[in-house]
Amino acid sequence: MKEIVVISGKGGTGKTSIVASFAALADKKVMADCDVDAADLHLVMNPKIHQRKDFSGGKKARILNDECIACDQCIEECRFDAISYPSSTNGNTVETPYINPIFCEGCGLCVRICPAEAIAFEDVVNGEWYISETNYGPMVHARLGMAEGNSGKLVSLVRQEARKIADRDGLNYIIVDGSPGIGCPVIASVTGSDLVLVVTEPTLSGQHDLLRVSQLTKHFGIPTLICVNKWDLNPDITEAIETEARESGVKPAGRVRYDNAITKAQIMKTSVIEYTGGAVSEDIKSVWRNIIYALE
Amino acid sequence: MKLAVASGKGGTGKTTIATNLALVLTQMGQAVQLLDCDVEEPNCHIFLKPDIEVSSAVTVLRPEVIKEKCTSCGICQEVCEYSAIIVVKDTVLTFPELCHSCGACSMFCPEDAITEVPRQVGTVEEGTSNGITFTHGLLNIGELMSPAVISSVKNTADEPDVLLIDSPPGTSCPVIEAVKDAEFVLLATEPTPFGLNDLELAVGMVRELNIPFAVAINRCDIGNEVVKDYCTREHIAVVLEIPDDRKIAEAYSRGEMVVNALPTYEKLFKDCLEYISKLHRNANR
Repeated sequence: MKEIVVISGKGGTGKTSIVASFAALADKKVMADCDVDAADLHLVMNPKIHQRKDFSGGKKARILNDECIACDQCIEECRFDAISYPSSTNGNTVETPYINPIFCEGCGLCVRICPAEAIAFEDVVNGEWYISETNYGPMVHARLGMAEGNSGKLVSLVRQEARKIADRDGLNYIIVDGSPGIGCPVIASVTGSDLVLVVTEPTLSGQHDLLRVSQLTKHFGIPTLICVNKWDLNPDITEAIETEARESGVKPAGRVRYDNAITKAQIMKTSVIEYTGGAVSEDIKSVWRNIIYALE
Repeated sequence: MKLAVASGKGGTGKTTIATNLALVLTQMGQAVQLLDCDVEEPNCHIFLKPDIEVSSAVTVLRPEVIKEKCTSCGICQEVCEYSAIIVVKDTVLTFPELCHSCGACSMFCPEDAITEVPRQVGTVEEGTSNGITFTHGLLNIGELMSPAVISSVKNTADEPDVLLIDSPPGTSCPVIEAVKDAEFVLLATEPTPFGLNDLELAVGMVRELNIPFAVAINRCDIGNEVVKDYCTREHIAVVLEIPDDRKIAEAYSRGEMVVNALPTYEKLFKDCLEYISKLHRNANR
């Protein structure tokens, strides 16, 4: 059983569209949408949710107004500017401070120093995760709440659950749709995986961002392939990207040409390779074949 | 005006919009500062090509244990919500990447055996480009603490006529850090199901932050009407629509500013600025 993670560095390069096609091509697999901040894979996989669970990534502090003596120590010590006196709507002074849950990082310091024990410290539900069935096989996906941190924890949970399903059903692949960037959710998506595919685009931005994300996968010692999507928008930069990749031990797995069939397929809520038998689908199939080959 | 350009979905044109608005504003005689707050994958410098004058380290605090004073009592582990400091037999182990620098371990150590020391998580670079004051940040590879670098980028803000913030994609804590002090947010999207799905998340975020906002639709003719219909239903102004012009994509791929490569698009950005100005004024009444 192999875990393949698709990331990009730069956003909008086509990860989710390509993962959807891989889902249609791969035999015996489970999908994991780890772009928990802005999940989109479900829009083409059309999942039927079988289990819905709350995710609690941490705690938040909340001032108990009746107990609070307004000594302001919490305001002084909070390192995250999460506590202040809100301006009241009717012109009267608000007597006790307010902890803004958007900025509270759940460190618990204020809770522990409050001389009146007037701060509650509670597990919060900051997301949801789902185990679903699709026409392509099982899928684990999630929604992180607005402005929430701890995306790494939710990503790890999604991967763990996908692995359980793969073990239980004797599946061949876990295919992970990752998120853009190089931060916490991406790190949580790639560590311990068998192969990373970076989907990039033939632009200076794509080239720049690829460099950083490749350094990340190298840092974690994960075999990495790249694929240039919309490659014909700039063949020179495509060449440059593939040359640089080879020089740093990253193998090009193929090129996918620009084709608005990719958008049309998305609108039709299906994968590209099911939508069209055209050249763009052959491009994607070729990338998938190179992935399988690299995993052997 | 402090204007942030954000989005739910990646690759919708935030950097394109932010950099071109900055250039158009400067050419109109405004004092402009641009802060590239996408510290994981900054791209504004590719288009603005700034002369970098200052480079500074971004540091966060991490705990350091004074072994001679430590009694392995385990209170530091108890008070840490992030598993960044743990006691194993007589040794204290720290995991700096997990540390949120809250100060709890140091504060509650009964032996005063923990001090907080800085460690570098990224870099901030400042410079100028065509009269635009420019800052961007770079998070070190392998680090998690984007907000710390974003905050440092924002601390370089002056009081220009227009402060433009290029935000990272998404709706979670790095984006909040980037946009939270903005007076107006421009949400970039594309007219597709993914674009709509992520726009709705981003709209939820700016409404939660209570910041006035409007929408820019990039590649406005590639998809369908779902995004426009949504904006109409939600009474959200669409202040910019950029067509799916392959020439824009090609210019972008070469690191060229749209308004330089294709000057006919300058009017689009000027009209957008006028519209935002009007909305911003109305929001302030």
